[in-house]
Amino acid sequence: MNWLVTLLMVSGVFFFAIGTIGILRLPDFYSRLHAAGKCDTLAATLAVSAIALYNLHDLSFASILVSWKVFFIVFFIFMASPTATHAITKAALIVGVEPWQRKGTRK
Amino acid sequence: MRISLQEARDRIPQRDTILETTVRLMVPFIQLYGLYVIVHGHYSPGGGFQGGVVLGASVILFALAFGLPASKRYLSESTDIILANTGALIYTGIATLCALLGGMFLDYSALAKILPIDPISWHSHGIFLVEVGVGMGVTTIMVSIYWDMASAGRLDEGL
Repeated sequence: MNWLVTLLMVSGVFFFAIGTIGILRLPDFYSRLHAAGKCDTLAATLAVSAIALYNLHDLSFASILVSWKVFFIVFFIFMASPTATHAITKAALIVGVEPWQRKGTRK
Repeated sequence: MRISLQEARDRIPQRDTILETTVRLMVPFIQLYGLYVIVHGHYSPGGGFQGGVVLGASVILFALAFGLPASKRYLSESTDIILANTGALIYTGIATLCALLGGMFLDYSALAKILPIDPISWHSHGIFLVEVGVGMGVTTIMVSIYWDMASAGRLDEGL
């Protein structure tokens, strides 16, 4: 089981790193939000799943219950994070934040 | 191009299916968790204030997704104020009752004169009763503060 936990955790950290680079490097609000929303959702899902699996080292009732609660956290991150990104993006579009374009591109 | 808040409010569409579906799915679980935090407050991390904040946040989330008038149909203003005052009354009432029964203010072991159980377990039950009062007060006052701030005191249409 330990190799699976390690794999999930390492891939979660990898996607967190990608998301951070995206937030720092991408040019405007929408593309930064795109990096934050997608990468953070996937990375948090993977990392918290790794925690839930790590907790299942013995199959007693208590540890299964704790893992079940942690999987609930995974589920709600998976629901809430994309919805929040959607709401922020829509609000920005309504308020009139202009998307970035390369200089010289025709509108 | 930036626009004013009033213009933005006019442009916002009234309904958003993605947001409403997610909120409809999440609000019951958030409220269940808030009740859990209140009920387990006297022997695990959490308590009346924290659970009340979670419960209040669920109603605020509802108001953000469905609009302020919809949240007032869900929890009307008079119910909100009555619950807030009942919460404060439960807290101060139990505390004063302890003092009237011969103990100190908030000295729950004095309540053993009403219901004769072990004074030590009255400490646990008394804290639980007070936490319920705190939870009711915090929930409703959180919602009330949100309503006032989101609509600049007019309570007609929020963010």
